Amino acid sequence: MKYEARLGWMLVAPAIGVIGLIAIFPLGWTLWESLHMHELRMPWLGNPFIGLGNYAEIAGDPRFWAALGHTAFFTVTSISLELVIGLFLALAMNRAYRGRGLVRAAILVPWAIPTVVAALLWRFMFESESGIANAILVDVGILDQPIVWFIETATAWVPVILADVWKTTPFVALLLLAGLQNIDLSLYEAAAVDGANGWWQLRHITLPLLKPAILVTLIFRTLDGFRVFDLIYVLTGGGPGTSTEPVALYTFNALLQNLRFGYGSALSVVIFAITFGLAMLYVKGLGVRLGGEER
Amino acid sequence: MTLRPQRWAFGAALALLVLFTLFPFYWAMVASFTPDAALFREPSLWPRTIILDHYRALFVERDFLTPIRNSLVVAGTTTVFCLVVGTLAAYALARLDFKGKPAIMAFILAVTMFPQISIVSPLYLLLRSLRLIDTYPGLIMPYMTFAMPLTVWILTGSIRQIPRDLEEAAHVDGASRRQSFTKILLPLAVPSIATTGILTFIYCWNEFLFALSFTLGPERQTVPVAIALFRGQYQVPWGQILAAAVVATAPVAVMVLGFQRRIVQGLTAGAVKG
Repeated sequence: MKYEARLGWMLVAPAIGVIGLIAIFPLGWTLWESLHMHELRMPWLGNPFIGLGNYAEIAGDPRFWAALGHTAFFTVTSISLELVIGLFLALAMNRAYRGRGLVRAAILVPWAIPTVVAALLWRFMFESESGIANAILVDVGILDQPIVWFIETATAWVPVILADVWKTTPFVALLLLAGLQNIDLSLYEAAAVDGANGWWQLRHITLPLLKPAILVTLIFRTLDGFRVFDLIYVLTGGGPGTSTEPVALYTFNALLQNLRFGYGSALSVVIFAITFGLAMLYVKGLGVRLGGEER
Repeated sequence: MTLRPQRWAFGAALALLVLFTLFPFYWAMVASFTPDAALFREPSLWPRTIILDHYRALFVERDFLTPIRNSLVVAGTTTVFCLVVGTLAAYALARLDFKGKPAIMAFILAVTMFPQISIVSPLYLLLRSLRLIDTYPGLIMPYMTFAMPLTVWILTGSIRQIPRDLEEAAHVDGASRRQSFTKILLPLAVPSIATTGILTFIYCWNEFLFALSFTLGPERQTVPVAIALFRGQYQVPWGQILAAAVVATAPVAVMVLGFQRRIVQGLTAGAVKG
């Protein structure tokens, strides 16, 4: 036993060491930076300790609160759509029919391509009044006339949400499918014998038993949603103005556009704290179990 | 018989979803072969004239091979390093019994979830002081922050699914840990390791925030950064952008289509219990 424990730690050490050195240590550094003023543009100001000064500035920073609102809006809207469509896809893939492999292959590709590319594809479709999205929507009769999507906040969100749904629903569907495949089929057979229809089976067997998988999916996607960056950077650049800017993009701008490292670090800490808080909320509050059982 | 209309509706909805999924690819492909002047003029679902100018411009004028090389070097090196270190850790976490294992698993999971942006500032300052901004190591190192926990997590999940019987039999016959690892488990785990490698590579190939933050110019930019920052002299060069999108997507699409079954298994192995 003692030998096994020593061997275990020895084998794990390199991986843990790497993670600690390049992920955890920087995290501590971010915290330290966030308590200082550090304007890379103005080196003569030095690097003085200002306590919670940066955090006080965040509390009174309307652009931060707006960004937080955008992030929450984006996360809630896209995840709701993804869960509904993902559930449908998972149920579909769980059935046997011709072309099932084709469906799975088709939905996997958007998941696997770079987010930047996905964002560009959608940007291109919604770009300009004579883009394909306008053409199709007018043809189908949803729009009376072409609109300029990226010029107003409400319409700029449409391609953003669509692109995210397009890109991540496959992942949601796969997680839910894995959950579906763990459900004992004899439950359905028994229900069918008792004359229960498909809808009843969905509500009383599938959904309750799928709850763990749904919650796990919800965690992964919520945390993903809160760190959204690539998609919006490419699709709207946070615009028009800063009206679709998420917190990660605001932080990135504070750091690498304005070179305000103290303030940007404080923003980073806040994002980290929110993400961590959300994860805790799910794990403790909803009792989600991650990572499966030890065998 | 009452099921018929439902089945029809189901089929139609599914077909619509598949169409929704595939259309953007089709449209990008069409556009990448269309002259810029015709791109936004009366869009047509079928290409009218096919030209290769955008692809030629991409490689001749833009030197798109440089970002491709950068991406291959960075993603490849990160993946290989993570697989070597990660396999050892995953073996210990899946097979050995020692105190602190649940804590390590929780720690690794927590790291996979934390937002990348929260370590951009120290990594930038660190890389700057080591003069590693705009270099390969300056990207490979930050990439480990997400690639290492991901690799360990997925590999641990999939090694757990390999039956222990053979190893246990070997131990009964007097084989050492090292022997049962190298002679029995490792060969059995090769497919899992390959799948994990593909997934890690895809994540690195697609990464954007670090690559954007820690590179300065076209010399060291990766594919996603190069595409996102494409600029034309007078207007957005959509034809070239979409040609680049097709080029960046193709290898990933081929990998995914070739290994879809394994990728799905690898992705869901650690995530949902079972």
